[in-house]
Amino acid sequence: MSPLVKPKGEKFTIPSKYILLLCSILCVALLIVTYTTSGFGNAVANVAGFAVIPFQEGISNAGAYFGDMEDHFRDISELLEENRELKAKVDELTTENTNLQQDKFELSTLRRLYELDEEYSQYQTVGAKVISKDAGNWYHSFVINKGSEDGLAVDMNVIAGSGLVGRIVTVGAHWAKVSSIISDNSSVSGMVLSTSDNLVVDGGLENYAEGVIEFSKLNDKNNEVVEGDKIVTSHISDKYLPGILIGYISVLNTDSNNLTKSGYLTPAVDFMHLNEVLVIKQLKQTVEEGQDG
Amino acid sequence: MRRALTEFLLIFICFLLQCTVFKWLSLGGISPNLLLIVTASCGFMMGDTAGLFTGLVCGLLVDIFFGDYIGLYGLFYMYIGFLDGKFSRIFYPEDIKLPLFLIFLSDITYGMFCYIALYLLQGKFELPYYFMKIIVPEAVYTILISVLLYPLLLLIHKRLSARERGIKDFV
Repeated sequence: MSPLVKPKGEKFTIPSKYILLLCSILCVALLIVTYTTSGFGNAVANVAGFAVIPFQEGISNAGAYFGDMEDHFRDISELLEENRELKAKVDELTTENTNLQQDKFELSTLRRLYELDEEYSQYQTVGAKVISKDAGNWYHSFVINKGSEDGLAVDMNVIAGSGLVGRIVTVGAHWAKVSSIISDNSSVSGMVLSTSDNLVVDGGLENYAEGVIEFSKLNDKNNEVVEGDKIVTSHISDKYLPGILIGYISVLNTDSNNLTKSGYLTPAVDFMHLNEVLVIKQLKQTVEEGQDG
Repeated sequence: MRRALTEFLLIFICFLLQCTVFKWLSLGGISPNLLLIVTASCGFMMGDTAGLFTGLVCGLLVDIFFGDYIGLYGLFYMYIGFLDGKFSRIFYPEDIKLPLFLIFLSDITYGMFCYIALYLLQGKFELPYYFMKIIVPEAVYTILISVLLYPLLLLIHKRLSARERGIKDFV
């Protein structure tokens, strides 16, 4: 008697272990295919996106509503306190702003003289909504509601407010998947704004819970970098545009090799409550197209 | 056929909810794993074949949208569905303890799979940290949700079984 045919059943049935084996082989084959080719996964995601994205967008709006409700109840007293503080701050800042306006006028005239223009504000951006987040709890990627039809492409930088969020890794017709810089599989080449020293910002699950991101390999010979310094994306990064704010140094340690420093930075973006993001529609210019590193 | 369609619809809805609403309702950055509830309950209600297919569909859905390589989560969910299916012999609809225990165990197993495949191989050895901060909270939250979701799944399962039996009797 062949093991494939059950003697009792009237129908031809395959034992479940063979199905399991077959499906396992299928999965492993898919893994190998997606690992070796780059376009396949994208194509599949694109097809599936047509079915899922419209629903996600709708539900996400409802979900945001519930999330807001929850925040409402929690934060009212906090908000009142904060509001008072902020009002005082507004007065303070208005005065400061007037002074800065004058400075800015002076700056722009000087800039024109030097024919240097501020790059950061020149980037053309497009706003997008976060419609769904990673199904698991291990990584922090999410999907936004704009895609290639809106002019987005893979590797475009994503910011929120004034800080860096991540970059686009997969793009569909009306959606794009963004990998955030706090994700465990992400690292960004950054630099300290005040001294232009390069460093590497590594996302990590452990630190994310404490609201910080780890950085390392900071080469600061003259001990000029201090806690609180701004960290921005560096000029040598091949995916990220230079000068985008990542965060502020909160802890700074000297490594045991006494040459480099490492520590933690507080991100400029609140990753927990990310609802709307801006995508910079300019890609970093690289020496050779498609080169990694 | 009707059962397959219902299952697929169920998976689809759970996937949508898991990626959207439950991300907003996450506690301490942890959200429950609805797809695992569906996979596990399909397994012990309907046997290992049904469990492994449900798991495969759930996993591939996650892979397509959030995985770097298609097939990894497919494997995880599929094996969990299959293993849960092995318990279908000692499953009684009246008893809620076994299903909840199995779902809890499944989520822990799923977490361990994830840790081993995604983190351990990267050289991250702090298992106690990941266990206490990700795996256990996720399993506990999932259990809380399954207390609500499981009766619904059971109801659907009973309705479908009654219908299938009805058709058989008729023929």
